[in-house]
Amino acid sequence: MGVLQYVAKRVGLYFAVLFIGLTITFLLPRLMPANPIDGYIGQIQARASGALTADDIIQLRANLEQLYGLKGDLFSQYLSYLERVVLHFDFGPSFTYYPQPVSQMIFNALPWTLGLLLISTFIAWLLGNMVGLVAGYFHTKKAATILEVVGILLYPIPYYILAVSVILLLAYIFPIFPLSPTFPVGQMTPQKFGMVIYNSLLPALTLVLAGFGWNILSMKALAVATTEEPYVTYARLKGASNWTRMVRYVFRNAMLPQVTALALSLGTVFNGALLTEMLFSYPGVGLIMRTAASGGDYNVLYGAIAISIIAVATAGLVIDLIYPLLDPRIRHK
Amino acid sequence: MTTESPSAAGAAAIPAAPTAKRRDSLLWLLNARLAIGLSLVSIFIVGSIVLPFFAPADPSLQATYLKNMPMSWEHLLGTNAIGQDIFWFLVFAIRNSLILGVLVGVGVTIISTAVGLSAGYIGGNYERVVMLVVDSFITIPLLPILIILGAVIRGNSSFLTVGLIIVVFGWAWGARTIRSMALSLREREFINMARFSGANTFNILTREIFPYVSAYMVVGFINTILFAVNTEATLAVIGLSKVEVPTLGSIIFWALNYNALFTGNYPWLVAPIVASILLFLGLFLTSTGFNAAFANKRGVA
Repeated sequence: MGVLQYVAKRVGLYFAVLFIGLTITFLLPRLMPANPIDGYIGQIQARASGALTADDIIQLRANLEQLYGLKGDLFSQYLSYLERVVLHFDFGPSFTYYPQPVSQMIFNALPWTLGLLLISTFIAWLLGNMVGLVAGYFHTKKAATILEVVGILLYPIPYYILAVSVILLLAYIFPIFPLSPTFPVGQMTPQKFGMVIYNSLLPALTLVLAGFGWNILSMKALAVATTEEPYVTYARLKGASNWTRMVRYVFRNAMLPQVTALALSLGTVFNGALLTEMLFSYPGVGLIMRTAASGGDYNVLYGAIAISIIAVATAGLVIDLIYPLLDPRIRHK
Repeated sequence: MTTESPSAAGAAAIPAAPTAKRRDSLLWLLNARLAIGLSLVSIFIVGSIVLPFFAPADPSLQATYLKNMPMSWEHLLGTNAIGQDIFWFLVFAIRNSLILGVLVGVGVTIISTAVGLSAGYIGGNYERVVMLVVDSFITIPLLPILIILGAVIRGNSSFLTVGLIIVVFGWAWGARTIRSMALSLREREFINMARFSGANTFNILTREIFPYVSAYMVVGFINTILFAVNTEATLAVIGLSKVEVPTLGSIIFWALNYNALFTGNYPWLVAPIVASILLFLGLFLTSTGFNAAFANKRGVA
């Protein structure tokens, strides 16, 4: 019963997040003082070097409104928007790469983003928690304080500073990595695959460093509190070794809030990944967004944000659904 | 990263009422983190308030000086590729970033306290709806939304608009923490006492619960400054904030745009990195140090 209730509650939250997210995505462009259609017409006018007449513009406006779902009153626009996005996953065509559909552009980029993000988040979580566990379990020893200092120094540094510093250090002062990474396109061959890995190392390092500090600090605080619990003392009196107590008694319990925290911080982690992609020209959703933002390609932007929200919400749902497997208290309630 | 520090979660556990008067001495505030943090932050605050009065020229004007001059007594950090003095640009950048951070911090603290306190204390369906919105705001990735807003209002946005947008999307974390504090306070004896004595909801919230939450508000406020400075700088680095205004982000934007590394103008890129790291470290140490000091004071570590 406990598990069912838990899952139902969590799935409910998932749909609420999607609904609120998609509604924000729908409302944002419509609340803006600038109208994208005017922008498009301006661009087309510029390409035709001012040869469009007033009649042409009216017709063009009607066509564009039809194409981009801006026809009718706000409510019917909203319904048709939800229908298109939820049922058909359709965000209309890209303006810059007309008539390529936005959903296809984003689906090409999504595996890149997810690959980078999942691997680096997993490494950061694992490494950070291991270091934090040691720092917390041995918190009475001097050497453990050094580990915590690493966390304190890393945690407040934002993604963009980390990215720029990593480039400065490892691509410029010590030219181990290329300054401007290139990512091969087309069919994957082992050689190309190696190139992708090599070029992805710097962005991945940035993301790992960023997640590392937070995990150390948070795990350290949790491990200190757990180490004081009576059942850990009991295990010590029973004769369990340091290792057993640290891993089986302290880590098993201190890990749980860390899993929840990971699910909650996914949005922020995703922000960092997008930014890192932009700064490293890594061909993921972030780069698409940047190109679209500077080129005024609004359909691509709205599609990218809707898919970002869906991706982050789904990842959070998956983590929270795995949670009962880790926490027996929910399973056996 | 999240806007609240890991140890801030510890503040959610509310201790018993402090017996001694708080005013006796401020010695309880002393701990190493807070000392280092406060000194760093004070240097930045005092520097960014006092120094601009001595600025020889508006640092955001281009072509004031010769381009790419090396470090010297006249130009402490040299000049950049668009003829600005790097040192003075940095001073104004820190000042502007701090002003934005404090303004956003005030806005976010007010909203998150109001939302968190009311949700935690009133409870029921109101709380459920509010928490749904809060959780959605936490889950929704902020950067894509900011990128769209940046792209759409670019050109006719002011620096303060950017701050306003950060407030709108930044209050949820604080509201969540404060709500969990109010939740645990709701069941306390002295709250029941107040209620039975005839105090209404508003009075209980402001007179009985607020004093307990105010310590966390200081921590939350500092964390929000950090978050706001970061978010604006992030937008600026990718060119979507008001990059003409000197901030910790726009200085890096210009340095990257003019390939400061290729031209060998290190100070242009290294100076803002070092300044940002010191400022963020200072703010972070202040907030965790204050949190630890307050927890000690109340007798819970």
